[in-house]
Amino acid sequence: MRIAQLPVSVREIVKPIGRMVVFVVGAGAVFSAFMVLLALVFKGSAADRLLLESMDVGILPYTVSILPQVLIDGVTLGFVYAAIALGYTMVYGVLEFINFAHSEIFAIGAFAGVEFLLFMERLGILAGAGPLFAYMLLMMAVLAGMMASGATAVIVERTAYRPLRGAPRIVPLISAIGVSFVLQDLIRLVESLTSGQFHRIFPTFGNFDDRVSLFAFEMKMGTVYVDIQVKSIVVIVAAVLMLAGLNYIVNATRVGKAIRAVAQDRSSASLMGVYVNGIISFTFLLGGALGGAAGVLYALKFTRIDPFIGFFPGMKAFTAAVLGGIGNLTGALLGGIVLGMLESFAGAYLTTFTMGAMGAEYKDIIAFAILILILIFRPSGLLGEQVSQKA
Amino acid sequence: MKNSMRESLARLANHLNTGRNPYVVSISLLVVGTALVYLSPRSILAFLVFAGATAMIYFLRMNKTAKLALAVFVAVVLVPILGARNIFYLEVIFQIAVFAALSLGLNIVVGFSGILNLGYVAFYAAGAYLWGFFGSQQAFLLHEIPGTAPLDTPFLLAPEWFYVFVLLGIIVAAFVGLLLGLPVLRVRGDYLAIVTLGFGEVVRQLVNNLDKPLNLTNGPQGITPIQKPTLPQGVVDAFNAVVGPLVGNRVTPSQFYNIVFYFIALIVVLAAIVVTHRLDDSKIGRAWTAIREDELAATAMGIPANKLKLAAFAVGASFAGGMGVIFAASRTFVSPDSFNFMQSIGVLTMVILGGIGSIPGVIIGAAVVIILNLQVLQSFSLYLTQLRQSDAVIPILNFAWKDLSTQLDPAKYQRLLFGLILVLMMIYRPAGLIPASRRIRELKGTPDASVSDGETNGDANGDAPEEADDDR
Repeated sequence: MRIAQLPVSVREIVKPIGRMVVFVVGAGAVFSAFMVLLALVFKGSAADRLLLESMDVGILPYTVSILPQVLIDGVTLGFVYAAIALGYTMVYGVLEFINFAHSEIFAIGAFAGVEFLLFMERLGILAGAGPLFAYMLLMMAVLAGMMASGATAVIVERTAYRPLRGAPRIVPLISAIGVSFVLQDLIRLVESLTSGQFHRIFPTFGNFDDRVSLFAFEMKMGTVYVDIQVKSIVVIVAAVLMLAGLNYIVNATRVGKAIRAVAQDRSSASLMGVYVNGIISFTFLLGGALGGAAGVLYALKFTRIDPFIGFFPGMKAFTAAVLGGIGNLTGALLGGIVLGMLESFAGAYLTTFTMGAMGAEYKDIIAFAILILILIFRPSGLLGEQVSQKA
Repeated sequence: MKNSMRESLARLANHLNTGRNPYVVSISLLVVGTALVYLSPRSILAFLVFAGATAMIYFLRMNKTAKLALAVFVAVVLVPILGARNIFYLEVIFQIAVFAALSLGLNIVVGFSGILNLGYVAFYAAGAYLWGFFGSQQAFLLHEIPGTAPLDTPFLLAPEWFYVFVLLGIIVAAFVGLLLGLPVLRVRGDYLAIVTLGFGEVVRQLVNNLDKPLNLTNGPQGITPIQKPTLPQGVVDAFNAVVGPLVGNRVTPSQFYNIVFYFIALIVVLAAIVVTHRLDDSKIGRAWTAIREDELAATAMGIPANKLKLAAFAVGASFAGGMGVIFAASRTFVSPDSFNFMQSIGVLTMVILGGIGSIPGVIIGAAVVIILNLQVLQSFSLYLTQLRQSDAVIPILNFAWKDLSTQLDPAKYQRLLFGLILVLMMIYRPAGLIPASRRIRELKGTPDASVSDGETNGDANGDAPEEADDDR
């Protein structure tokens, strides 16, 4: 049976999941192939010799041996980026406006989720939580993050963006930058008033820190074990579910149709009886909630959060959105995965291949460089249509 | 009621601003301000009165020569003497001067040619690191690991080269501006803003990481010591001999450097003002305005839009480069932390607050933001610390100030300050405190809206579907 023959509701569940699989496998294959090729090129080079001297392993086997781990990390990171990127891309699709404050909305989600879990910990619920209950608690934390972020996004839209809707494009962008700064310090203010410090640590509970051994293979230098942290699996599964859910809402429901209509032509949509302001608020709610969930997942993965964590994931997610073609949901997904992979590969291999001259720190530079290059040479992104050049 | 009060206030202001009155007002204000600062060098209120009195010189209706004479008197005589009594004021004024020059530069880019540059601080960093590298021992430490400099490393250049490097900083930053501008200006509007942000971050990250393979920037630790220009023999003694009795305490050579850097920064700011003013009135300035208003139409009229936008980038960058050199020398230390995204936004805040495209506006904007940042927030912090040490209790909430978290330090809440200014200005007064005459129309949207009313674009607020608001 062809996909096109399925009823819309089923199709819109199968299609995005299929796409995600394709993107993950495709991006993984491309990056791995590139890396192996590069290793072949570097064979016999100074980097190779240095590696042989220090670790007694050639550059090719070394590259191959850490490849699976790098891929897993890349996919995890990629899904987090994709979830944030969807917030940027949805708002851009509807309003043609870069919601610069989305990175702080993400941070608010992270804080809401972590604060919820810390509260549970203080109540003593967290310590004795069984595996099933631990997952329920995590789910509640994600929900808390979604609610906090969604509400913030709606309030921000109502107060700081809506009054400026008719203004030149630069004006709401400046306002968004302002909101982003205000939110950073508001988080800090609330945190330092309530807890006396402004960074928080994700509490340890459940089995999220365990590692599941996937497979092992023999190399000349010994057995290489490939394992994946439980929390990485949780992040990936949660992100896939949310992305599929969002795709369903946008493509297979009445409200989704209204969102698409507003994105296409706001005035015509309003003539057709679409309540434009409500739909725009709803778009911010959706994007914000997704960003908040991504925030909690990010906190789960990286443990330590502070009010300024939003900036880099936010910029990278924006890069992902632009890379995939801003305004395009599928594009954001692809962009997120590609960027996550790229960062993970750069972090893992850059030091070895440049003999320590460039370390993993350069992954941020690479992300920004990609953003700049894409914006300059292909502003429509990988999957986007030609966007207007007018400011 | 409210209206009549406003009217009588307006009448009073008008009365004070006609005939001989403004001279009396400004001079008496200055005298009062000076006296206050002189008598209580630590009071912030006194400083605010003094700053206000200085600003009033610009606003009152006096003839140009009188204004100029008063301004020169304040800048050359009053500020050094008052500053020598409390060096912190000189620091504040120096920072105002530095950021006024930066705002003037950004104003050319954002205000005149309409390009939102969010990575402006990169040019400032270019200047600072230029003198940071050539004015320190760094050139001999290329192969050392950061933090392991041998004690007897010589300096690369003599300190007198500083003056040459202020000029070089201007040129190099302009060149960097051209280099960045060439690819960047292919995109427009909000994408351009993001690209410049990306460039700013890339520059900061590069500076942060260029301690290997060659140790060019000493990495996150930053470069120190950087040389200051040497003072001529006996200058400090001469200063003490002449104004020592007025100051009341002897000025040490290191304090005297504050005065020197104040004058250097002042000269650069004056140059920046003259350049900006001349550009604004020139053919190039009008072309920039045309590009800002409608690039397509401007190009159709034969304006070489890309060349002129590049020029705006370069000129704007050059101010920042010169100030970067001065900044590096005055701090004797540069590190990547001084050139983060927040600094770019800080400069943008000054421009927006004062008025995009308005020369007096951005200077006032810089002064207001710096004073708020360095003095008002700081004193609020001090006040909170005092409260914490006291036994005071908030009455109704029954909250003891002692229990207030020590993490709550208003002096660190610059982001809140910048952010609030940006949002509120955009919503209520997008043209700024002192709007530029040319800018009014564009930001208000309607052709003949007056500047003075602080109305919001309330019409977009309603539930009615707004008209097609695509501004193309």
